[in-house]
Amino acid sequence: MTKTADGDHADVLIVGAGQAGLQAALSLREEGFAGSIRLVGEEPMLPYQRPPLSKGFVQGTASADSLVLRPRSLLDELRVDIHCDARATAIDRARQELVLLDGRRLAYGHLVLATGSRARRWNGPGAELDGIMYLRSMTDAAALKERLGQACNVVVVGAGFIGLEFASVVAKAGLAVNVVEAADRPMARCVTPTMSALFRQWHEEAGIAMHFGARLAAIEGKAGQVAGVRLDDDRLLPADIVLIGIGGIANDELAAQAGLAVDSGVVVDELLLTEDPAISAIGDCASHPNVFAGARMRVESVQNAIDQGRTVAARLAGKPLPYRAVPWFWSDQGSLKLQMAGLVAQTDRLIEIGSRHERRFSLLAFRDGVFAGAETVNRPADNMLARRILAKPVPLGFAEAEAAGFDLKALAAAAPA
Amino acid sequence: MPTITFVRPDGERIAVEAGNTESVMLAAVGRQVAGILGECGGSMTCATCHVFVAPEWLDRLPPMSAAEDELLDATATERGHNSRLSCQIPLSEALDGLVVELPEMQI
Repeated sequence: MTKTADGDHADVLIVGAGQAGLQAALSLREEGFAGSIRLVGEEPMLPYQRPPLSKGFVQGTASADSLVLRPRSLLDELRVDIHCDARATAIDRARQELVLLDGRRLAYGHLVLATGSRARRWNGPGAELDGIMYLRSMTDAAALKERLGQACNVVVVGAGFIGLEFASVVAKAGLAVNVVEAADRPMARCVTPTMSALFRQWHEEAGIAMHFGARLAAIEGKAGQVAGVRLDDDRLLPADIVLIGIGGIANDELAAQAGLAVDSGVVVDELLLTEDPAISAIGDCASHPNVFAGARMRVESVQNAIDQGRTVAARLAGKPLPYRAVPWFWSDQGSLKLQMAGLVAQTDRLIEIGSRHERRFSLLAFRDGVFAGAETVNRPADNMLARRILAKPVPLGFAEAEAAGFDLKALAAAAPA
Repeated sequence: MPTITFVRPDGERIAVEAGNTESVMLAAVGRQVAGILGECGGSMTCATCHVFVAPEWLDRLPPMSAAEDELLDATATERGHNSRLSCQIPLSEALDGLVVELPEMQI
């Protein structure tokens, strides 16, 4: 194996070996970066895809090996010095060193924080019971999969992407599933009320019981095992598994302890650089100014991880460009392939194309007369075309879109006005 | 172990020993073949693993699903009669010698 790093020094040291950290390393080499690259991750396995964990992996159709993003042979060939099972505990900014749990100090020329996010925990009554599960890492998913084999009743707390993907798998397997959500609709932070209403209907038709505006009073148990979820209106939902899917928290402690600004995430500028010119942050953990939101935000998505990895790599290879990649997301829930391009929150006009009755349609969302994004169901081509339209330097106006009959292919192909 | 040849738009040929990966897309990204992105990891969501299959191989591949066909309508480089998404081509010994051309653009 070729060693890349000179002793304990690496020209670029990436903390966090998830999708973002790996992409930064790969893109550095694609950009022709010749220096040493070290990638440090706390999980025992090579970087892997997370999206299938709540679908194919837990269902048993995707193996752990099939989720590995790149083989070790490629990392060796590209001289990416990867350290799995290594937990970072501190950053010594003055000496430009990362401190590991085992006491090793890894010196860096530039440090990229790609530490990701973790599942928000349920801390109320019953939190210690066996059978309360989370779904973020492969370890989480493996435990959940094993337990699912003996389960009869599942309660999912949180009607977000992960919760609904898992609920769909469970319902398909013939188990009883209740979904409990504090908001008044599913995926409330990410999709339009129109889309929420349709997904609610479709999931209910598939046998998933949905409870909105519902809050947990306690998780109840018997002999240390989960037995049910008590809602604040005193209803008891029986459960031998409770999956908590109530969002993520940025792993920003390393940065905070090192005196860097954090604001529910590591604060970076449009170049993804922190206030320390030797430290960047990317992916789930990075609170960045997002041009599509017009605000600072943190995005947990494969797209954001990949594109921020590319952006930081290009800068470190001498091509600094602000981050302005079009956000896009997907969530496969049973037979419903939901995709989003752009950010559709607070849009004021929706145009529907395709057929919602056939569960193949798209909603084109406009804000102040400008195309802001698209939500598609089982129309993946529309998602790609919407991404391409959103990537253009000139926004698409409603009038222009209407004049083209909302033909996304023609609009994507048209030269910018 | 099947060998797959990727042909860049400039004519450069890259032969890849596919190992035990599950698809042509995974064989490409496993060897950092520039021009195959596979951003969605093979869940047929992104159309960034578009290839043009050498004509003599076209009939030897598994048929295309309606979803793949639809997604090919939205590729960055216009599709041809021999376009496929490489994540939808499962690898097997029968594909030893497969030749695919890479498009100019994937996104």
